[in-house]
Amino acid sequence: MEKKMKPKSQFRTLVALTFKQGYARLGGAIVLGILFLAIFGPFFAPYTFDEFVDVPNAPRSDTLMLGADYFGRDVYSRFLSGGRSIIGLSFISTVLGVGLGLLIGLFAASAKKRTDGLIMRANDILLAFPQIVFVLLVVSGFGTSVFLIAVTVGFTHAPRTARIIRAAAAEVMERDFIKAAIAVGEKRQRIIISELLPNVTSPLLVEFGLRMTYSIGLVAAVSFLGLGLQPPAADWGLMINENRGSLTVQPWGVLAPIAAIALFTIGVNFITDSFAKAAIGIDRKGKE
Amino acid sequence: MSVVKLSNVDIAITRGGIKIVEKISFEIQSGQILGLVGESGSGKTTVSMALLGHTRKGAVIESGSITIDGHEIVGADDKMLRSLRGGTIAYVPQDPGTALNPGLRIGRQILESLEKHQPDVDHEVHMARVREVLTEVALPSDTDFLRRYPHQLSGGQQQRVAIAIAFACRPKVIVCDEPTTGLDVTTQSKVLATIRALCREHGVAALYVSHDLAVVSELADDVAVMYAGRIVESGNRDEIFFNSIHPYTRRLIRALPDIAGRNQILGISGYAPMPWDRPSGCAFAPRCADAQSICSQSVPELTKISASHNVNCHRHKDSTKIVATARIERESISASAQPLLGINNLDGFYGSRQVLFDTNIHIQPGECVALVGESGSGKTTLSRCIGGLHDDYKGEISYFGNTLGKHALERKKEERRDIQYIFQSPYASINPRRPIGSTITRQLELFFGMKGSAADARVKELLDLVSLPHAIITSFPDQLSGGERQRVAIARALAAEPKLLVCDEITSALDVSVQASVIETLKNLQSSTSVAMLFVTHNLALTRSIANRVAVMRKGTIVEYGGLDEVFNSPKAEYTNRLLQHTPTLK
Repeated sequence: MEKKMKPKSQFRTLVALTFKQGYARLGGAIVLGILFLAIFGPFFAPYTFDEFVDVPNAPRSDTLMLGADYFGRDVYSRFLSGGRSIIGLSFISTVLGVGLGLLIGLFAASAKKRTDGLIMRANDILLAFPQIVFVLLVVSGFGTSVFLIAVTVGFTHAPRTARIIRAAAAEVMERDFIKAAIAVGEKRQRIIISELLPNVTSPLLVEFGLRMTYSIGLVAAVSFLGLGLQPPAADWGLMINENRGSLTVQPWGVLAPIAAIALFTIGVNFITDSFAKAAIGIDRKGKE
Repeated sequence: MSVVKLSNVDIAITRGGIKIVEKISFEIQSGQILGLVGESGSGKTTVSMALLGHTRKGAVIESGSITIDGHEIVGADDKMLRSLRGGTIAYVPQDPGTALNPGLRIGRQILESLEKHQPDVDHEVHMARVREVLTEVALPSDTDFLRRYPHQLSGGQQQRVAIAIAFACRPKVIVCDEPTTGLDVTTQSKVLATIRALCREHGVAALYVSHDLAVVSELADDVAVMYAGRIVESGNRDEIFFNSIHPYTRRLIRALPDIAGRNQILGISGYAPMPWDRPSGCAFAPRCADAQSICSQSVPELTKISASHNVNCHRHKDSTKIVATARIERESISASAQPLLGINNLDGFYGSRQVLFDTNIHIQPGECVALVGESGSGKTTLSRCIGGLHDDYKGEISYFGNTLGKHALERKKEERRDIQYIFQSPYASINPRRPIGSTITRQLELFFGMKGSAADARVKELLDLVSLPHAIITSFPDQLSGGERQRVAIARALAAEPKLLVCDEITSALDVSVQASVIETLKNLQSSTSVAMLFVTHNLALTRSIANRVAVMRKGTIVEYGGLDEVFNSPKAEYTNRLLQHTPTLK
């Protein structure tokens, strides 16, 4: 409601408002930092991830910044190389899961009452499975392919996202502009894409951030349990598992990946929370 | 003696120091009612809350003095304010539905302020007062009623309970913030009579805040008109309504629907500025037809016209009265064999509940039929049936003799194109995430396959038709005012080149001056495109300005249906008579 300058889309205003908040900037910096580390880290690694450089559990020294792991490999190099897989996998599974959930949610919200009920009850059955149990079930049944982990983790997100999106979309469906579109005979597909979808972007993005943090936790947990990436691959989750035995002697092999995972999760959460706050502010303004 | 006295009160936003209201001064004597009139954003609610020593979060009373019954409010501590509020000065809220606590019984809620302000008095004495005050506001006072919860009362009863709470401690001053806005006219007139009687009998000074000039003219002794944070004109009732000087006051009166049908209503172009973009000089100058160069340069000083009459205008000496425009001429449109729209024996339902009973209405091409009714009368349901948005009905709606499908999707594309529905709230009926241009273009694409430059040119034509600037094509709905949004909704409907517009209470969310200009726009459309209209409204006076024929609806049944003059001059139904009597007017 400031001066009428160049018309800006509401979405861009929303992003601008999000990053006006200190926490969002902090979160952005953390996320960018960890992403940089994960993507370009391998190029800065002094050794390759599977090279034996010292005795097992060697302490920190001038050549080994974070010491050696239980096998005698450089923790620092493995740490730099281990981010790609976990962040990549989490991202892919989040996109898959939230995407699928979005489709289900929008479809259910715009469907007839009975279809809606049918879809959502089926959804509720899926919701009854704890995410980790379902992932373990599938992975132990079909083997530990990286692709399978991404798809399964994504699949467990879908019913949860669908609930949120359906609730948001059902509220939008009741508004008059949707009725106006129905009254002039717009096709359902068109109503979903150009009327409904743009009005659920705020909950969608919040949900995306939230699911991203869940994905990281799940993928790390699966790796930790030894069902994810297999040795000798470098992966943060796997590293925690491998080195937990020597935690008291050489803690860096566990602490470094834990710190990275925690920071990334917190960073994403900061952005998500700020975005939600900005969205509430905008929506309130719109209703005045 | 002045019970309320404000002098030079400024209220500003703490951050940035932008003034919400400036130099507010007025007095109210005991037993008198001051009507504070203004449109949205004028600062009238801010002023009324200041009387209670309250400001919105982020705002502060910067300077000036407010005395209530001899107590200075500005700078008073919380303890002092608490002892005044409810006891000496009481507040009647706008919406009793949200102001009353839904979890407490009526008796308890009235008792609360009594116990707070007179802690030493016996319970029996308090209870006697509760019953007395309920009788004063014309409500039952038996124990059964005291034990009811707010949801068990009607809207009018709830508002009277809110008034009873305000009057319980026999205050010296009451502040009413549009207390009748959500009520039907018949209920409204009863509530107003209650307030008036209580103020007279008990010598209570009242500040009555409203955007509705007609209500204020029926109730107030004195009137102050606010515009953009200042009082632009104040005086006694007759001075304001019959000898007003400020161009804004005059235009506001001309924007008022006139039930006697003497004058066509006239809108004011533009809309009231928000505190942060008020112009320098006289704030009304950009909308004023009589503005001169001085008006945009300096803020006019208060000028005394008579002992009670003050005005804030540079041109108060040479401003001539606005010439009364021509009387409304309305030719009646003769019934043809084939009406454009026929509603035949329609029974409407919500599940098992019947809300419409044997409804018959026929609309001729180019004709405007007004459908008038109070809330819950079924008028919106009927218009939704016509628009294809409510399909739970028996009976027939025919379009040029052909039966229409019940749901919009069961109708032919041409039928959907020819009958366009405009919604009540322009805040909800336009997709907030889409630029205005795209909203209108979509309609052209859908019905005429028009795209690209041809569509752009047509969108500009349509915007001209509803008097909107072309620049808003790239704007989003939240950048527009309510009046502008409603014009966008009208433009979208017109893009389909309809034969019939179904207008469901389309001006009820708008300010009086904006309402008048939207009505003007519709009237011009009617003469230039000969589109037929079903104009649904709760405001009987408004139909005078636009309709050829009027249908009055009550509890799902049409009780009166006839030509404009017939209905207004010799109503057949007793209910129409009652509506006519209770509609507030300038007299």
